[in-house]
Amino acid sequence: MAGEKGLRSELGRVRGLGSAKEGVNHWWRQRLTSLALIPLSLWFVGSLVFLTDTDHATAVAWLGSPVTLGLMVLFLGAMFYHAALGLQVVIEDYVSNHGCRKALIVLTNFACFALMVAAVVSLLVIAFGG
Amino acid sequence: MASHPRPISPHLQIYKPQLTSATSILHRVAGVGLAVGTLVLVYWLVAAAIGNEAFDTAEGIVGSIIGRILLFLWSLAFFYHLLNGIRHLAWDAGWGYELPTAYRSGYAVIVATILLTVLAWVFGYMARGAF
Repeated sequence: MAGEKGLRSELGRVRGLGSAKEGVNHWWRQRLTSLALIPLSLWFVGSLVFLTDTDHATAVAWLGSPVTLGLMVLFLGAMFYHAALGLQVVIEDYVSNHGCRKALIVLTNFACFALMVAAVVSLLVIAFGG
Repeated sequence: MASHPRPISPHLQIYKPQLTSATSILHRVAGVGLAVGTLVLVYWLVAAAIGNEAFDTAEGIVGSIIGRILLFLWSLAFFYHLLNGIRHLAWDAGWGYELPTAYRSGYAVIVATILLTVLAWVFGYMARGAF
Protein backbone atom coordinates (compact mmCIF):
# COMPACT_ATOMS: atom_id res chain seq x y z
CA MET A 1 0.00 0.00 0.00
CA ALA A 2 2.71 2.48 1.07
CA GLY A 3 4.34 4.26 -1.81
CA GLU A 4 1.77 3.06 -4.36
CA LYS A 5 0.51 6.40 -5.49
CA GLY A 6 -0.28 5.37 -9.05
CA LEU A 7 -1.87 7.83 -11.42
CA ARG A 8 -4.81 8.73 -9.21
CA SER A 9 -5.06 12.26 -7.89
CA GLU A 10 -5.18 13.05 -4.18
CA LEU A 11 -8.83 13.96 -4.53
CA GLY A 12 -9.64 10.76 -6.42
CA ARG A 13 -8.13 8.62 -3.70
CA VAL A 14 -10.10 10.14 -0.85
CA ARG A 15 -13.38 10.75 -2.62
CA GLY A 16 -16.17 8.64 -1.25
CA LEU A 17 -14.15 7.52 1.75
CA GLY A 18 -14.92 10.14 4.30
CA SER A 19 -17.41 12.60 5.61
CA ALA A 20 -19.37 14.62 3.11
CA LYS A 21 -20.35 16.94 5.98
CA GLU A 22 -24.01 16.06 5.49
CA GLY A 23 -24.06 12.88 7.51
CA VAL A 24 -26.65 14.16 9.95
CA ASN A 25 -29.01 15.54 7.32
CA HIS A 26 -30.78 12.27 6.51
CA TRP A 27 -31.00 11.38 10.19
CA TRP A 28 -32.37 14.83 11.12
CA ARG A 29 -35.06 14.77 8.44
CA GLN A 30 -36.13 11.33 9.60
CA ARG A 31 -36.59 12.69 13.15
CA LEU A 32 -38.30 15.88 11.97
CA THR A 33 -40.85 13.98 9.89
CA SER A 34 -41.38 11.49 12.72
CA LEU A 35 -42.13 14.33 15.11
CA ALA A 36 -44.64 15.82 12.68
CA LEU A 37 -46.20 12.40 12.15
CA ILE A 38 -47.05 11.86 15.82
CA PRO A 39 -50.08 14.19 15.78
CA LEU A 40 -50.78 13.88 12.03
CA SER A 41 -50.88 10.07 11.91
CA LEU A 42 -52.92 9.88 15.13
CA TRP A 43 -55.43 12.31 13.61
CA PHE A 44 -55.60 10.32 10.37
CA VAL A 45 -55.92 6.85 11.92
CA GLY A 46 -58.33 8.20 14.54
CA SER A 47 -60.49 9.63 11.77
CA LEU A 48 -60.36 6.37 9.79
CA VAL A 49 -61.62 4.46 12.82
CA PHE A 50 -64.85 6.46 12.70
CA LEU A 51 -65.04 6.19 8.91
CA THR A 52 -65.15 2.40 8.66
CA ASP A 53 -67.54 0.87 6.16
CA THR A 54 -68.61 4.31 5.02
CA ASP A 55 -70.48 5.20 1.82
CA HIS A 56 -68.99 7.37 -0.91
CA ALA A 57 -70.92 10.53 0.00
CA THR A 58 -69.77 10.49 3.63
CA ALA A 59 -66.15 9.79 2.71
CA VAL A 60 -66.09 12.54 0.06
CA ALA A 61 -67.75 15.02 2.42
CA TRP A 62 -65.01 14.38 4.98
CA LEU A 63 -62.08 14.23 2.54
CA GLY A 64 -63.28 17.34 0.69
CA SER A 65 -63.47 19.67 3.67
CA PRO A 66 -60.70 22.31 3.83
CA VAL A 67 -59.45 21.20 7.24
CA THR A 68 -59.17 17.57 6.12
CA LEU A 69 -57.50 18.58 2.86
CA GLY A 70 -54.90 20.68 4.65
CA LEU A 71 -54.14 18.09 7.30
CA MET A 72 -54.10 15.30 4.70
CA VAL A 73 -51.54 17.13 2.55
CA LEU A 74 -49.35 17.64 5.62
CA PHE A 75 -49.81 14.01 6.67
CA LEU A 76 -49.13 12.57 3.20
CA GLY A 77 -46.10 14.82 2.67
CA ALA A 78 -44.50 13.95 6.00
CA MET A 79 -45.46 10.27 5.79
CA PHE A 80 -44.16 9.56 2.28
CA TYR A 81 -40.99 11.53 2.95
CA HIS A 82 -40.50 9.56 6.18
CA ALA A 83 -41.16 6.30 4.30
CA ALA A 84 -38.66 7.16 1.56
CA LEU A 85 -35.97 7.97 4.16
CA GLY A 86 -36.72 4.85 6.20
CA LEU A 87 -36.81 2.47 3.23
CA GLN A 88 -33.49 3.88 2.08
CA VAL A 89 -31.84 2.99 5.41
CA VAL A 90 -33.28 -0.54 5.30
CA ILE A 91 -32.05 -1.04 1.72
CA GLU A 92 -28.60 0.32 2.59
CA ASP A 93 -28.36 -2.15 5.48
CA TYR A 94 -29.54 -5.32 3.75
CA VAL A 95 -28.74 -5.00 0.02
CA SER A 96 -25.02 -5.46 -0.41
CA ASN A 97 -24.79 -5.36 -4.20
CA HIS A 98 -23.93 -1.78 -5.03
CA GLY A 99 -25.87 -1.47 -8.29
CA CYS A 100 -28.89 -3.25 -6.85
CA ARG A 101 -28.81 -1.02 -3.79
CA LYS A 102 -28.72 2.22 -5.77
CA ALA A 103 -31.44 1.04 -8.14
CA LEU A 104 -33.72 0.05 -5.25
CA ILE A 105 -33.18 3.38 -3.48
CA VAL A 106 -34.05 5.29 -6.66
CA LEU A 107 -37.08 3.05 -7.22
CA THR A 108 -38.47 3.40 -3.68
CA ASN A 109 -37.90 7.17 -3.72
CA PHE A 110 -39.74 7.52 -7.03
CA ALA A 111 -42.52 5.24 -5.80
CA CYS A 112 -42.99 7.20 -2.58
CA PHE A 113 -43.22 10.54 -4.34
CA ALA A 114 -45.44 9.18 -7.13
CA LEU A 115 -47.82 7.73 -4.54
CA MET A 116 -47.84 11.02 -2.64
CA VAL A 117 -48.72 12.94 -5.82
CA ALA A 118 -51.45 10.42 -6.73
CA ALA A 119 -52.98 10.82 -3.27
CA VAL A 120 -52.81 14.63 -3.29
CA VAL A 121 -54.26 14.88 -6.81
CA SER A 122 -57.11 12.59 -5.74
CA LEU A 123 -57.81 14.85 -2.76
CA LEU A 124 -57.78 17.95 -4.99
CA VAL A 125 -60.21 16.28 -7.40
CA ILE A 126 -62.49 15.42 -4.47
CA ALA A 127 -62.28 18.96 -3.01
CA PHE A 128 -62.60 20.97 -6.20
CA GLY A 129 -64.33 18.60 -8.61
CA GLY A 130 -62.70 16.80 -11.54
CA MET B 1 -6.95 -9.20 2.70
CA ALA B 2 -7.49 -9.51 6.47
CA SER B 3 -4.87 -11.98 7.68
CA HIS B 4 -5.35 -11.30 11.37
CA PRO B 5 -8.62 -11.84 13.24
CA ARG B 6 -10.70 -8.79 13.84
CA PRO B 7 -13.60 -8.37 16.23
CA ILE B 8 -16.82 -9.02 14.39
CA SER B 9 -20.15 -7.37 15.07
CA PRO B 10 -22.96 -9.44 16.57
CA HIS B 11 -24.63 -11.54 13.92
CA LEU B 12 -28.34 -12.41 14.04
CA GLN B 13 -27.64 -16.15 13.93
CA ILE B 14 -25.32 -16.17 16.93
CA TYR B 15 -26.90 -13.30 18.82
CA LYS B 16 -29.22 -14.25 21.67
CA PRO B 17 -32.59 -12.59 21.02
CA GLN B 18 -33.42 -9.97 23.64
CA LEU B 19 -36.31 -7.63 24.15
CA THR B 20 -34.15 -4.69 23.07
CA SER B 21 -33.01 -6.33 19.83
CA ALA B 22 -36.49 -7.72 19.10
CA THR B 23 -38.17 -4.33 19.50
CA SER B 24 -35.50 -2.82 17.26
CA ILE B 25 -35.97 -5.25 14.36
CA LEU B 26 -39.76 -5.14 14.80
CA HIS B 27 -39.60 -1.37 14.35
CA ARG B 28 -38.11 -1.91 10.90
CA VAL B 29 -40.49 -4.70 9.96
CA ALA B 30 -43.46 -2.55 11.00
CA GLY B 31 -42.08 0.45 9.11
CA VAL B 32 -41.62 -1.50 5.87
CA GLY B 33 -45.06 -3.05 6.32
CA LEU B 34 -46.63 0.37 6.75
CA ALA B 35 -44.84 1.63 3.63
CA VAL B 36 -46.40 -1.26 1.68
CA GLY B 37 -49.75 -0.36 3.24
CA THR B 38 -49.65 3.11 1.69
CA LEU B 39 -50.45 1.36 -1.62
CA VAL B 40 -53.90 0.51 -0.24
CA LEU B 41 -54.34 3.99 1.25
CA VAL B 42 -53.58 5.63 -2.12
CA TYR B 43 -55.83 3.15 -3.94
CA TRP B 44 -58.66 4.05 -1.52
CA LEU B 45 -58.16 7.80 -2.10
CA VAL B 46 -57.96 7.41 -5.90
CA ALA B 47 -61.12 5.30 -5.83
CA ALA B 48 -62.91 7.99 -3.80
CA ALA B 49 -61.85 10.57 -6.42
CA ILE B 50 -63.02 8.41 -9.36
CA GLY B 51 -66.55 7.99 -8.05
CA ASN B 52 -69.23 5.98 -6.35
CA GLU B 53 -68.70 2.60 -8.02
CA ALA B 54 -64.92 2.57 -7.74
CA PHE B 55 -65.22 3.57 -4.08
CA ASP B 56 -67.71 0.80 -3.31
CA THR B 57 -65.35 -1.71 -4.94
CA ALA B 58 -62.47 -0.42 -2.82
CA GLU B 59 -64.58 -0.58 0.36
CA GLY B 60 -65.56 -4.13 -0.59
CA ILE B 61 -61.93 -5.18 -0.92
CA VAL B 62 -60.82 -3.44 2.28
CA GLY B 63 -63.86 -4.79 4.16
CA SER B 64 -63.34 -8.42 3.04
CA ILE B 65 -61.94 -10.99 5.47
CA ILE B 66 -58.44 -10.75 3.99
CA GLY B 67 -58.75 -6.96 3.86
CA ARG B 68 -59.71 -6.85 7.52
CA ILE B 69 -56.86 -9.14 8.55
CA LEU B 70 -54.42 -6.90 6.67
CA LEU B 71 -56.01 -3.79 8.20
CA PHE B 72 -55.63 -5.34 11.65
CA LEU B 73 -51.95 -6.10 11.02
CA TRP B 74 -51.43 -2.58 9.67
CA SER B 75 -53.12 -1.02 12.71
CA LEU B 76 -50.89 -3.16 14.94
CA ALA B 77 -47.83 -2.08 12.92
CA PHE B 78 -48.96 1.56 13.05
CA PHE B 79 -49.37 1.76 16.82
CA TYR B 80 -46.16 -0.18 17.37
CA HIS B 81 -44.11 1.98 15.01
CA LEU B 82 -45.63 5.14 16.49
CA LEU B 83 -45.01 4.18 20.13
CA ASN B 84 -41.58 2.66 19.55
CA GLY B 85 -40.76 5.70 17.41
CA ILE B 86 -41.50 7.93 20.40
CA ARG B 87 -39.18 5.64 22.40
CA HIS B 88 -36.50 6.22 19.77
CA LEU B 89 -37.04 10.00 19.91
CA ALA B 90 -36.60 9.83 23.69
CA TRP B 91 -33.29 8.00 23.17
CA ASP B 92 -32.28 10.67 20.66
CA ALA B 93 -32.90 13.26 23.36
CA GLY B 94 -30.60 11.26 25.63
CA TRP B 95 -33.28 9.78 27.87
CA GLY B 96 -33.84 6.14 28.81
CA TYR B 97 -30.55 4.52 27.89
CA GLU B 98 -30.15 2.71 31.23
CA LEU B 99 -30.80 -1.01 30.69
CA PRO B 100 -33.70 -1.32 33.20
CA THR B 101 -35.34 1.77 31.68
CA ALA B 102 -34.85 0.43 28.14
CA TYR B 103 -36.54 -2.84 29.16
CA ARG B 104 -39.37 -1.05 30.94
CA SER B 105 -40.04 1.24 27.96
CA GLY B 106 -39.88 -1.80 25.65
CA TYR B 107 -42.56 -3.65 27.63
CA ALA B 108 -44.61 -0.45 27.90
CA VAL B 109 -44.55 -0.07 24.10
CA ILE B 110 -45.73 -3.67 23.57
CA VAL B 111 -48.55 -3.41 26.13
CA ALA B 112 -49.68 0.02 24.86
CA THR B 113 -49.57 -1.21 21.24
CA ILE B 114 -51.95 -4.09 22.01
CA LEU B 115 -54.19 -1.80 24.09
CA LEU B 116 -54.45 0.94 21.44
CA THR B 117 -55.00 -1.55 18.61
CA VAL B 118 -57.83 -3.30 20.46
CA LEU B 119 -59.31 0.09 21.43
CA ALA B 120 -59.20 1.32 17.82
CA TRP B 121 -61.02 -1.79 16.59
CA VAL B 122 -63.61 -1.64 19.37
CA PHE B 123 -64.29 2.00 18.49
CA GLY B 124 -64.33 1.12 14.81
CA TYR B 125 -66.99 -1.54 15.26
CA MET B 126 -68.90 0.77 17.62
CA ALA B 127 -68.93 3.45 14.93
CA ARG B 128 -70.45 0.89 12.56
CA GLY B 129 -73.11 0.17 15.16
CA ALA B 130 -71.92 -3.39 15.80
CA PHE B 131 -72.34 -3.05 19.56
